[in-house]
Amino acid sequence: MAGELVLLDFWPSPFGMRSRIALAEKGIPYEYREEDLRNKSDLLLQMNPVHKKIPVLIHNGKPVCESVIQVQYIDEVWHDKAPLIPSDPYQRAVARFWVDFIDKKIYELGSKIWKTKGEEQANAKKEFIECLKLLEGELGDKTYFGGESLGYVDVALVPFYSWFYAYEKCGDFSIEAECPKMIAWVKRCMQKESVAKSLPDQEKVYEFILQLKKVFGIE
Amino acid sequence: MAESNVMVLGTWASPFVLRVKIALHLKSVNYENHEENLPESKSDLLLKSNPVYKKVPVLIHGHNPICESLIIVEYIDEVWTTSASSILPSDAYERAQSRFWAAYVEDKFSTALRRVLFGATEEDKRAAMAEVSEGIVLLEEAFVKLSKGKAFFGGEDIGFVDIVFGSLLEWIEVIEKLSEMKLISEAKTPGLVQWADCFSAHEAVKDVSPDVDKLVEYALKIGARVLKATAATN
Repeated sequence: MAGELVLLDFWPSPFGMRSRIALAEKGIPYEYREEDLRNKSDLLLQMNPVHKKIPVLIHNGKPVCESVIQVQYIDEVWHDKAPLIPSDPYQRAVARFWVDFIDKKIYELGSKIWKTKGEEQANAKKEFIECLKLLEGELGDKTYFGGESLGYVDVALVPFYSWFYAYEKCGDFSIEAECPKMIAWVKRCMQKESVAKSLPDQEKVYEFILQLKKVFGIE
Repeated sequence: MAESNVMVLGTWASPFVLRVKIALHLKSVNYENHEENLPESKSDLLLKSNPVYKKVPVLIHGHNPICESLIIVEYIDEVWTTSASSILPSDAYERAQSRFWAAYVEDKFSTALRRVLFGATEEDKRAAMAEVSEGIVLLEEAFVKLSKGKAFFGGEDIGFVDIVFGSLLEWIEVIEKLSEMKLISEAKTPGLVQWADCFSAHEAVKDVSPDVDKLVEYALKIGARVLKATAATN
């Protein structure tokens, strides 16, 4: 069933991290290939001609694009190990809703926090915290969004933790002060090897952001 | 089979709501249609059922609200399994491909369509039209690949991509009428021309699709303006 599995990825990508975590949770071996996004490989362009983006999961030579589609695919093909997606259709719809919410909001708002200043940044910070609070509400008293074990929403959200330090430094605020439950959940996730090994160091991500700011000419 | 406790909160003009109705019809599920008076007002039920976005469609099954049209369609497919037609393919890889194209239609294509109609500037509308034209060519290629010579993206019967893309056909016709340009044409996208005819005539689709002339009237009323065909958009 494993066959040949290759992940085309870029180390700071929270989307790539999702697939890394899913594969690690299930103990599935794969080849990780780092892409240079300023010089995309022929393989990447061939495997994802529509979007030309990472991550791309290549299974027996066939590409699966888009991180949420990859995580679902991984969960369906290797369904007997560490299931991530709920088996109940309604719980599954709820999980998909929150993953979609994370996709619509977290990355874009986070980007605004490090890319902008003044009022635009202030508004982004405010909305970002509101979104995290909504997610805290969904988490409730559960250990993970998935209940007693890591689930789809956990895998989709926790990668952004590696960017929190960068957001906090650029935005001059503390995410833990505003959303302590969120950080407590993050810490529980980080105790899992699949998560800890899939996320890059926060300081490294911050350095990367500083480089990007230079390149884009952002203060 | 508690079909009497299925409700759809929607509006007649919304292609996203149409997806839900097509899926329910495909599965022969009876439901109560609740027409929202958007954008003038939102019912208490809508605000309670979709507090995050306050948008339609919402499917209410028993006491459970399900939001976001693509998620609702997958839910319908997973709950009502006794019917002959399966909306998502059974093979995991084919399922991933269907989800990819559905996401493409949703994230890229439908937003470009909206900008053609409601874009703030002429430049924005022109750029959006170019994106739509490119998108349709991509979708023609996807159709050839996924249909494998059959009538639909889903093969013998309509599937996920058919529903997600097909629900936009009337709005595509609105743009074609207002701009006096063909977006789906024999010359460029012959596969999609045939597909559109088959889709529109399908049992689960024909009785729920909105009337295009009424949609044109509605679109103009809510501020739609398209650029007429120009040399630049050929």
